Amino acid sequence: MVPESVSAAASLPDPFVPQIYRVGRLRRELHDTVTLELAPSAGRRPAFRPGQFNMLYVFGVGEIAVSLSGDSTDETHFVHTVRDVGAVSKAITELGTGATIGLRGPFGVGWPVEAAEGSDVVLVAGGLGLAPLRPAIYHILANRVRYGRVVILFGSRNPHDMLYRHELEEWRQHLDISIEVTVDHAEADWHGNVGVVPALIPRATFDRHNTIALVCGPEVMMRYSASALAEAGVPPERIYLSMERNMKCAIGLCGHCQFGPTFICKDGPVMQFARIAKIFAIREV
Amino acid sequence: MQHRPDGGTKAVISREALQQLIEALSAENCRVLGPTVRDGAIVYDEIAQVGNLPAGWTDRQEAGRYHLERREDDALFGFAVGPQSWKQFLHPPVETLWTARQGDDGISIATDRSETPIFAFIGVRACELHAIAIQDRVFLDGPYRDVTYGMRRQDAFIVAVNCGNAAATCFCASMGTGPKVDAGFDLALTELIDATRHEFVVEVGSEAGGDLLDRLPHRPAANADLLAAEAVIARTQSAMGRRLETDGLKELLQANLNHPRWDEVAARCLACGNCTSVCPTCFCTTVEDHSDLMGSSAERIRKWDSCFTLDFSYLHGGSVRTTASSRYRQWMTHKLASWIDQFGTSGCVGCGRCITWCPVGIDITAEAAAIRATPQSRKGEPHGGT
Repeated sequence: MVPESVSAAASLPDPFVPQIYRVGRLRRELHDTVTLELAPSAGRRPAFRPGQFNMLYVFGVGEIAVSLSGDSTDETHFVHTVRDVGAVSKAITELGTGATIGLRGPFGVGWPVEAAEGSDVVLVAGGLGLAPLRPAIYHILANRVRYGRVVILFGSRNPHDMLYRHELEEWRQHLDISIEVTVDHAEADWHGNVGVVPALIPRATFDRHNTIALVCGPEVMMRYSASALAEAGVPPERIYLSMERNMKCAIGLCGHCQFGPTFICKDGPVMQFARIAKIFAIREV
Repeated sequence: MQHRPDGGTKAVISREALQQLIEALSAENCRVLGPTVRDGAIVYDEIAQVGNLPAGWTDRQEAGRYHLERREDDALFGFAVGPQSWKQFLHPPVETLWTARQGDDGISIATDRSETPIFAFIGVRACELHAIAIQDRVFLDGPYRDVTYGMRRQDAFIVAVNCGNAAATCFCASMGTGPKVDAGFDLALTELIDATRHEFVVEVGSEAGGDLLDRLPHRPAANADLLAAEAVIARTQSAMGRRLETDGLKELLQANLNHPRWDEVAARCLACGNCTSVCPTCFCTTVEDHSDLMGSSAERIRKWDSCFTLDFSYLHGGSVRTTASSRYRQWMTHKLASWIDQFGTSGCVGCGRCITWCPVGIDITAEAAAIRATPQSRKGEPHGGT
């Protein structure tokens, strides 16, 4: 005997099958990091929300989850910033303009950019973690009047490997945005901050009673950033982290991205810190 | 035929009619699958005739042990469950998701659904019906649906069997998943065998089941037949070898993620993944991408995966769950606790396979009981990793 949901499912499109996209403009950000524009070979680019991700498939190599790093209002293509850290990401960074790629998405829960309206927004990024935050930054800048203070705190390994350096310099021209940058290591010609990004949090100016914090970076950096934000008086339900786990399907069916009771792919990747704080404190969940 | 308010039509059929049932399903182009003896175990395989069923065999199971024994009668379903479940057919261990081709104008991707079989399962136990219902929730009730699972599932014809035997590793009674089948079948059999007869009480669970029964020689079930069938189930219920206390178990486990028992069980656990392979609800998969030597075509394969492998949680830079204790904890807390958060049901049906097929005999009921016996403070120190 077959429940109704069973017969209903068989006629739906298969969420495992990628759509074909073509690589447009390419930009080498860093020696190991490339930003690509991907346009659908047929039809319109689906809408996405800042903080969501796509699954990118390179022919014969494999598929990985990559956050969207472009402007959600630009409807012609998706933008992804990819760092070469494995077989598939390496293959993506080696694609040329005109190459075809398989794409599934967008997937997941994004940044609470609407819920943050009326609040100060503190964006804390570590390294490549600035990429998933960039669509939120574009959204906030395009709707600047709806937000209170906007603070971007960015930590990079060194001044030379600084992602979106040109854009950071551009954003810094805005008189109503505060941007602080820190690096882990620097030569004598760097006169900026040296140290980890959570250390910038106590020095930043924001209304702790009315702030939403968006955090993205390596897990250890997010751990310390969430603690620093909480210590600065931001309630845990107003701190959001973009979590990362192994993902194969992106649609809650393969089990890989489980984090306690949540599936990072469909309940995240952006998670309210209050929701995960308890298991975030436990090793190897 | 007799109708009872608490169930479908009930009739009695003979062993010969069971043969006709198999033939009728085969004639409808079903791939008829049922229990059969192979390699010293009862496995699920193609069934062409009643003679393929494990007549006169039963299984003896204990933690880490399984063997077959002759019965004193010729019962066809006189055993509990073997190493396999119906999962291998509805959610196959290896499946090609799609094929990609590299052409002059780039890549194209296509699926091939032409080979989707129509399954008829003979001898599905109550715990297994619950396992199928759980996988239905996993694959079909979420925001995204597993299309090929749905295709295999929607046409499957299910002949259930009320268990006449409980293994020492069985605990379906405490999970509320058996031994009596309650829903999710087309026909349900209860085997009645003694010195004077060998018959089956049949309960109709669907229109398709009723149509098929109409084409088989049968007689209405008499009250004595129904009482005999109920006695079979009651006997099995009372012979249940193990139990799992489920009251508050989810909260207990989720509050004890740093319990020292995880390290104790990890000292015995081989992290082999046998428990996840034999579990009828474990659904995790990974994918592999292959290409031909010419580089002109590639395919994406989906395969069963296990949370016991180091690779399962791999992210660039290393695995999240490096210790066996974190991997056993992930498996058991998922099965018995977070599964409830995710799918509104426990992931355990009490079939006992993970206990029997664990090479070192780790017993999920004993592990849960050990944590229940010595709960730690909610604010336990972070894992020492010693």
